Amino acid sequence: MPSFLKEFFNRNGTGMGLTILGLVLFWTIGLIILPQLSMLDFSFRPNLPPPEIGGPKDVYTLENYKYLIYGPEGGSQDYNTVDLRVFFRTLVAAVCVTIFNLILCYPIAYYLGQSKGSHIRIFAIMLIIPYWINEILRAFALRIIFGETGVLNTLFTGLGIWDTPFDFIRNDIALYAGLGYAYILLMIFPIYNVIESLDRNQIEAARDLGAPWWRIHWRVVIPYAKPGISSGCTMVFMLSAGALAAPQILGGPSSLWFTQLIYQQFNDNNDWPQGAAYAVVLLVTCILFVLAMMRLFKVNMGDIGK
Amino acid sequence: MSAGIGVDLENLWIRFGDFVAVRDANVHINGGDFFSFLGPSGCGKTTILRAVSGFLEPSEGNVLIGGKNMKGIGPNKRPTALIFQNLALFPLMKVWENITFSMEIKGASAAERRKRADELLDMIALPGQGDKLPSELSGGQRQRVAIARALCAKPDVLLLDEPLSALDLKLRQHMRTELREIQQRVGITFIYITHDQGEALTMSDNIAVMRAGVIDQIADGKTIYNDPATAFAASFVGENNVFRGKAKRVMGDEALIATNRSGELVARISTANRGKLAEGDDAMMFIRPEAFSVAPEGASGDHFVTARVTHEEFEGNVFNIFTEGDGGKEIKVSIPNHGQSFKDHTGQNITLEYDTRNAVVVPAGELAAE
Repeated sequence: MPSFLKEFFNRNGTGMGLTILGLVLFWTIGLIILPQLSMLDFSFRPNLPPPEIGGPKDVYTLENYKYLIYGPEGGSQDYNTVDLRVFFRTLVAAVCVTIFNLILCYPIAYYLGQSKGSHIRIFAIMLIIPYWINEILRAFALRIIFGETGVLNTLFTGLGIWDTPFDFIRNDIALYAGLGYAYILLMIFPIYNVIESLDRNQIEAARDLGAPWWRIHWRVVIPYAKPGISSGCTMVFMLSAGALAAPQILGGPSSLWFTQLIYQQFNDNNDWPQGAAYAVVLLVTCILFVLAMMRLFKVNMGDIGK
Repeated sequence: MSAGIGVDLENLWIRFGDFVAVRDANVHINGGDFFSFLGPSGCGKTTILRAVSGFLEPSEGNVLIGGKNMKGIGPNKRPTALIFQNLALFPLMKVWENITFSMEIKGASAAERRKRADELLDMIALPGQGDKLPSELSGGQRQRVAIARALCAKPDVLLLDEPLSALDLKLRQHMRTELREIQQRVGITFIYITHDQGEALTMSDNIAVMRAGVIDQIADGKTIYNDPATAFAASFVGENNVFRGKAKRVMGDEALIATNRSGELVARISTANRGKLAEGDDAMMFIRPEAFSVAPEGASGDHFVTARVTHEEFEGNVFNIFTEGDGGKEIKVSIPNHGQSFKDHTGQNITLEYDTRNAVVVPAGELAAE
């Protein structure tokens, strides 16, 4: 038995140790790894009616992946431009949402982390409580705010600032606001956690040595907060790219999110293998992108856990 | 040594809500001085330092640096550099980047900064350590890096907030000498905050003794030790034996004190209180342990104290005798060890003698907590 396992059992006792270990293994293998492997398996199979499953036609194929790139066989175009465009647009939009969220949340996290007093707790509670409301209701609330006859348009046309209502939904502003708002906490809290442990004296030392505020952030606070920033960005990016409710409710008629395509394949087209292939492509691309970014910004995997 | 830039505090008051942290401080610090604020924790000395560095605006009064009023000037614009109690080195920057951070702000090139860092690293006796991270250095080395970082900003006044308190005793004593040397070499004003009277006495040109927001005395170390202005200064700086009583008679610069337990004794009135101490006033008399000697049996008079010995101890360089004293406190007597034989007096009465010039009278006042 490796020493870390031995120590683990010594600390928790055999019974408790086995229970914890069993639950963790069930969680990771049973609920995450096996279903994903099954999805991977699906993605390489043709979409067959039930009687033919396991029959001679049920062989591994790259059809589903080819479909994403080239479209239907004999189609009018060389490439599946519609789906590919949605795919890349989703990634770019997720990056934008992440950057927007970072810009918005860093000052909040810094303020929370460096101030003292009970108002900080009240502030944090006020951030958390809206998340008791479920995601769909929150998205619809934003629809009410951004809709053609919604709060904003009524207000601005009433004040005479705009002549005609502005279509926030068609212009995707509602979608970005909804996605940004949905994951604000996942950005704020990792950064807050790190900044809270930053010694105030370091900020004062930098100031004392003549640094203006922006340089204090650039050279002292942000490098220190990097683990929190990368952790927050990773989560927000992954979840935005994989979001479904917000695009469904807040997206304009023309703007499909890649997850909506996956959803259509599974539910509307009843084509699980095709949906699985799309999902696998999205997952793998996101992971590779995050790894590349971590490399670029010199972040270790261990930092993400902070 | 250059004349240097001095610092003045004029009628300085600092309040936090109802709490008065600093009460009407008036201090003149000569340019090029090593000046210490000495006092127990919570006496307001760090508050004064923060007011000089600009992190805190005084409630009333002025801070002048080089004669220039610093009101409304932020810490990044003042000619001061602060060394924090916990040093506050930037953990993610290399040592040389830490040291030259102030040059980076001014836009100096990397080569220029590197060169300056190497010069300063030589000065603090850490050559070639520039590429390490602060966490790879020992406590004393980090201490020196913090000094170099502050000096690199070419301040006119260096402010030090108990920077030695995290070090072990040996290193602390070594760093005292080193700090003093650095100060004399660079010739700028050092303002040093400490609760350690040993640090204050060994390094400072002048010392301000502080108690509960009030400055009790400003003088050089010898004066504060030999001629304290208040009971607090007498009891906080160095070891001292207190005798409470009333001034029975004032005779020029000496007074006859009717002590509560030890009869009538004569002592010198401290310089600051001459002409102020009146007959009948409550007074305190202080005699240092080393100012006593053992008198022949039967001797008596106005500079002899008789008391019962409770215990004795041998400390190596001195032999300590403890006798019953005033208000439950023991009188400590330290006899230097010249290799003579010591007789054990425990349980016996002993007569102690002192020179009236070495006993000091101040008005009765608050004593320093043990």
